[in-house]
Amino acid sequence: MIRSSILISGDPLSLSRGAEATKLAIEAELVFYGLEDEVRVGYTGRIGNTDALPAVIVYPEGTVYGPVSPEAGAAIVEEHLYKGRRLEDLVLPIEVAPGAIEAPSAVGDMLSGQRRVVLKRAGTIDPYSIDDYIAYDGYFALGKALTNMAPNEVLETVKASGLQGRGGAGFPAGLKWSFVAQQPAPTRYIVCNADESEPGTFKDRLILEGDPHAVLEGMALAGYAVGANEGWIYIRGEYAMAKDILNHAIAAAEDMNLLGDNILGSDFSFHIHVHAGAGAYVCGEETALLNSLEGLRGIPRVRPPYPTVSGFRGKPTVVNNVETLANVAPIILNGVDWFRSIGTERSPGTKVYTMLGDVNVTGLVETPMGTTLREIINVYGGGMKGGKAFKAAQTGGAAGSIIAPALLDVPMDYATMLQHGATLGSGALLICADDTCIVDLAYVLMRFFAAESCGKCVPCRLGTLRMMECLERLRQGRGTSDDLEELQRMAQQVIQTSFCGLGQGAPVSILSALRHFREEFDAHVAGTCPTGTCPMSGPVETAVELHDYFSIERS
Amino acid sequence: MEEALAITDSIIDAHRANPEALVEILREVNERRGYVTREDVHRVAERMDLPRSKVYSVASFYSLISLEPLGKHVIRFCEDAPCHVAGGREVWEALEQELGIPFGQTTPDGEWSLLTTSCIGACAVGPVMMVDDDIYGNLTPQKVGEIIARYRDAETQGGTA
Repeated sequence: MIRSSILISGDPLSLSRGAEATKLAIEAELVFYGLEDEVRVGYTGRIGNTDALPAVIVYPEGTVYGPVSPEAGAAIVEEHLYKGRRLEDLVLPIEVAPGAIEAPSAVGDMLSGQRRVVLKRAGTIDPYSIDDYIAYDGYFALGKALTNMAPNEVLETVKASGLQGRGGAGFPAGLKWSFVAQQPAPTRYIVCNADESEPGTFKDRLILEGDPHAVLEGMALAGYAVGANEGWIYIRGEYAMAKDILNHAIAAAEDMNLLGDNILGSDFSFHIHVHAGAGAYVCGEETALLNSLEGLRGIPRVRPPYPTVSGFRGKPTVVNNVETLANVAPIILNGVDWFRSIGTERSPGTKVYTMLGDVNVTGLVETPMGTTLREIINVYGGGMKGGKAFKAAQTGGAAGSIIAPALLDVPMDYATMLQHGATLGSGALLICADDTCIVDLAYVLMRFFAAESCGKCVPCRLGTLRMMECLERLRQGRGTSDDLEELQRMAQQVIQTSFCGLGQGAPVSILSALRHFREEFDAHVAGTCPTGTCPMSGPVETAVELHDYFSIERS
Repeated sequence: MEEALAITDSIIDAHRANPEALVEILREVNERRGYVTREDVHRVAERMDLPRSKVYSVASFYSLISLEPLGKHVIRFCEDAPCHVAGGREVWEALEQELGIPFGQTTPDGEWSLLTTSCIGACAVGPVMMVDDDIYGNLTPQKVGEIIARYRDAETQGGTA
């Protein structure tokens, strides 16, 4: 009989700091005390947002320890599990661990507002154990759909729930599904976009590492709803651990007939494959992703036709983000009314944010849609670091917007943010205090786009480079007011004429920075950086060297 | 050379020369050998019945595939906004100073390559860098020196870090 469960953070960072040795020491000590049949040991993804790694959680108490060396691991077994006393010296304060765990009895007021739908199980279950997932209502939604619901009912339920795509654009998921379901083609595909490359965003990685089956179940439900029998997960090449966990989860689900042929004895078959990328931000754009999935250069395709009509291998394809798919099973299981009771009228449900920068607590937070930035900073972020004043937030990753203090009290959902000229995007919240230089920030953002532009269209390929050079001149104190005009004009042109979302999103942060922080740009033109961050001297960085086909053939 | 291409062949075989797996094949070749050679590009093209230019266009597109030899250890430092705001610039300078090369280059002794990378999804502990496959977070200029020294020490003692 299992009475306790120990989870060790098994993310790459923890592993590099000896998580495996800690796990072995814990297991050995459990054998020593004869507890091996009573206590289960497993890995989980990253625990909370602490740097005290590897971290260890002991359930059912939900006590978090860190950093846990092999010796400390042995001591936890002896003291906590054998003698029943907490090792107070090693216990992490609650505020460092809210990101990934929920232990209702153990947390203070701080987490009371978090509403876990997507992250309900992450950090609580062992992602390598399908039994754990099933024990927490896993695959119940798929079972319910296959036995009691027609495909169209599943589709209508998701449509009625108002679930919006969580990748950034907020497109209604149910509508996208219905476009695919309407296509007469005999073959359709479900593609999970796990190419999470938006700087500052790592929610999808933590969902995949902490609760992989939630995504698999969501994909199977999507397949059932639209009549697809094959699904592909396109995961970015850098996420080696998440890929390993996914492959393991798929095999486990196939063993139990929860994926594969004739799932649970029904007529529905669904197979899932994992495809790793090789490092390219643009592959997060859905048509570039599809090209990469087909073994091509990851450049975007002409739209229309949209992927819902002609996607993977030219067949109708649903492309959904990881977080979107993780919402599907709870909606099917708990119903539309339940889902609509969370969040706002126009954007029901929760949103997972990654909070970074000048706050006391950085990491993952899941709150209902419509929560204000002020609440997120003060409640979940534990306030501004060092009591500094809030200056700006960069929301939605590099392609998002820079927002000013005036927007702190705006309820954050897709539509409301858009009304205020801001975006929710991928859910990254980079909080900047008053010692952050906006010009410097804008430069770093544009450098990213100049490096990641795929080169297909001229406005993006050259426009991002020219804007980066303008900002570089400003940082070096060599900028003129002409540069500001140029920046403004170029930003507009790149938005209007770029081929895909990458170019169309690149100048958004520049325009919002110019709108809210014009005086700071003017100060740079006048020769001073108000925060003293910028070098205000130095040579212009030259453009990235590119090699071409001919040079490699000649060499 | 033929021996090296045997690895390439085995990777192509494992994917049954499926053109849809081209990105993964090139990446695996890169992982096994550290980079993709011109001969690899030619062999892949020939075996998979693709134009060389197409194989090259894919190989040169993705950042995890290199067409040039890299150092024994590869440092990939995240240069994006969250790491930058968290003090990345000082770490950037410390790395260049420690290794004596600017970003984008390999040390003359072939030990280290210093590259930048886009976000690696560990932003809560920025600034972040990867040394080979290991991620190091909460970097400071001092820490950078210690980490590099650890790899150097491991080498002089004949072990791995």
